[in-house]
Amino acid sequence: MKGYKIIILAKQVPDTRNVGKDAMKADGTVNRAALPAIFNPEDLNALEQALRIKDKFPGSTITILTMGPGRAAEIIREGLFRGADDGILLTDRAFAGSDTLATSYAIGQTLKKHGNYDIIIAGRQAIDGDTAQVGPQVAEKLGIPQITYAEEIQAIDKGMVTVKRRLERGIEIVKCPMPLVVTVNSSAPDCRARNAKLIMKYKHAKTISEMQEANDDYLHLYNDRPYLNIKEWTVQDIVVDPNELGLTGSPTKVKKIENVVLQSKGAKVITSSDEDMDQLMRELIENHTIG
Amino acid sequence: MNSVFVYCEIEDGQVAEVSMELLTKGRALATELKVKLEAIAIGYKLDGIEKDIFPYGVDVLHVADDKRLAPYSTLPHNAIVVKLFQEEKPQIALMGASSVGRDLGPRVSSALHSGLTADCTSLVIGDHEDKKADKVYENLLYQIRPAFGGNIIATIINPDCRPQMATVREGVMKKEILDPAYKGKINKLDVSKYTSDLDFVVEMIERHMEKSKINIKGAGIIVAGGYGVGSKENFNLLFELAEVLGGEVGASRAAVDSGYIEHGRQIGQTGTTVRPKLYIACGISGQIQHRAGMEESAQIIAINTDPEAPINSIADYVITGDVGEILPKMIKFYKANTK
Repeated sequence: MKGYKIIILAKQVPDTRNVGKDAMKADGTVNRAALPAIFNPEDLNALEQALRIKDKFPGSTITILTMGPGRAAEIIREGLFRGADDGILLTDRAFAGSDTLATSYAIGQTLKKHGNYDIIIAGRQAIDGDTAQVGPQVAEKLGIPQITYAEEIQAIDKGMVTVKRRLERGIEIVKCPMPLVVTVNSSAPDCRARNAKLIMKYKHAKTISEMQEANDDYLHLYNDRPYLNIKEWTVQDIVVDPNELGLTGSPTKVKKIENVVLQSKGAKVITSSDEDMDQLMRELIENHTIG
Repeated sequence: MNSVFVYCEIEDGQVAEVSMELLTKGRALATELKVKLEAIAIGYKLDGIEKDIFPYGVDVLHVADDKRLAPYSTLPHNAIVVKLFQEEKPQIALMGASSVGRDLGPRVSSALHSGLTADCTSLVIGDHEDKKADKVYENLLYQIRPAFGGNIIATIINPDCRPQMATVREGVMKKEILDPAYKGKINKLDVSKYTSDLDFVVEMIERHMEKSKINIKGAGIIVAGGYGVGSKENFNLLFELAEVLGGEVGASRAAVDSGYIEHGRQIGQTGTTVRPKLYIACGISGQIQHRAGMEESAQIIAINTDPEAPINSIADYVITGDVGEILPKMIKFYKANTK
C-alpha cells in the first residue's frame, strides 16, 4: 500500500483568541492561567491536510511531534482521536526559555534522530507567539525546501508535492520535491472531528511520565497494547549541543513585557434616535472630521 | 560593514509599499547609529529600480537580477540574502511582515543563527544592561511587538547575535522620501555566485494575483464592518455610507472569514493597520487583534448591539443599536446637514 511518512509539528497553546471577562483580572490585564490549553488551531488545519493524504494513500503514517511540558501529551491524544497514528512528546527542562531558533534547533535535532519523513506539516503560526517562524526555521535546519501559507496539498506524484498557497492578493500553485516542510493557514479546511472508535482505542494512550502517575490497573494495558505508549523524548534521546538550547541558545531575549490594559476612553454614549443622530453628524461636520 | 539593511520586496517590477515604509524607518535608524542604509532588491528586469529606492536615503543598493528570481520563491532569495549578509555583516536587517518576509525572514535568521522578531509595531535604539553577565550593551535595536494574541506588548532584544532582524507589517511605519536627488551606489550581484541549481527545485505552476484596487491604508474615513453586519448584502449599507462620506470600507477578520467581504479590506493584526481621522466600527466586537489595526484612529464611533463590546472602550462615541437602523440615519442626517 502506497504511503507517505508525515510528521505534524503541533503546539499546545493557551486559547488567546476570545479572552472573555472571566480571564480578565481586575486591573484590566489577562490572567493567562485562566485560559484553557488547546491544540493550536492552525496545527489542526495541518493535521487535516495530513489526514487527507492518508485518505488518498492509506499506507501513510501520521506522527504528531510536540515540544512542551508534560501536559502537552493532551494534544497528542487529541491528534490520535482524529486519526493520527502515533506521537512524540519532546519535553525537558533544558528547553525552558527557548525562542523560535532554539525551539527549531531542538525540533530539528529530534527529526534528524527520528529520520523517516517525507512531509513535515505545521500550522503557519501559534496563537501565543504569533511569529510564524518555527516552520521555516525547522526547514532550514533540515536543509529542505519549505512551502508556507499553504491552503491545500493538492497532489503527490513521482516524489513531488503540489501545493496551493493563499497569499495576500491571490493564489499560487507550486510543485516541490519531498522531503519538505509545509505550513498551513487557517483558510485551509477545518480539521475533521474526533472519531468515536479512535477515542475508544486511544483514550488510555499515555507518556511514561503520565503512566508513572497513573493508577496501577492500567499498567498491563501498555504492555499488551504498545500503541498506547506515547513516546516521551528528552535531551538524552536526541543529539544536542546544550549551548543551543533554552535561554542560552536563544539569540532573542525578552527585555520587558507590558500588559495591554483595557482603559475606557470616556466615550459619549448616544442613542439611535433621530435627534442624537442629527446631533452626531452636526458635531462631526463642525469639527471638520467629515464634510 | 555594520549597516542597516532593508530587503525590498518587488511586485510586478515595483518596490512594495511596506518596503518603502521600512526604508524610511531604516534611514532613521541608520542616521541615529551613524551608519549606512543599504537595500537589497532581488527579481527580474530591475534596471532603473534604484530610482524608486535611492530617494529614501539608501547609500548602497545590492541588486540580483535574473528571470528565475521572480516571482519570489524561498530558496534562491534565501541563498542570496544569506551569502550577502555573511559578506556585509549588517547589524540590523528589516523585512516587511508579508507572506514574503514571513517566509524569508525566519529562514535567513536560522541560517545566520541570528534573532528575528516578527510583526514589530515599534523599533527604537536603546541600551541594555545584563546584570548577570555584568555587561552593558549599547545601541541595541528594541523590537517591540504584541504577543499572546495581542494581550501583551513585548520588548525583544538580540544582544549578541547579528544581524538583529525584524519584520514589520504594512502600514505600521510611515513612508517618507528623504531627498529625491539622493544618490547611492549600486552593487550588481552575480547571481551564479550566490545561488546553485538546488535552489531552483520548486516549480511555479500557476499564479493569480489581483491588482490591489483598494487602498484603505490611505483613507481618511473608514466605515468598517464586523461579524455583526451579518451578510454580504448588508455590507452594501456600509459602502453607501462610505461613498457619501468620501471614505473607504474596511472589515474585521471575522467578516472576511465569513465571506461577507474580500480580504483586501481586512483591518487588524493580520490585515492592514490604519490611522484614519474617523473610524466607524459597525457590528465589530473589537477583539484585541482588530483593535491593534485601528486604535490610533483620531476618532472612533462604535455601533454595536452589545453594550459591552470591547470596542466601546476605545471609542469616542458609542451607539448601542442596529447597524441597519443607524447607518441610514447617518446618511440622511449627513446629507441634511451638508446641503
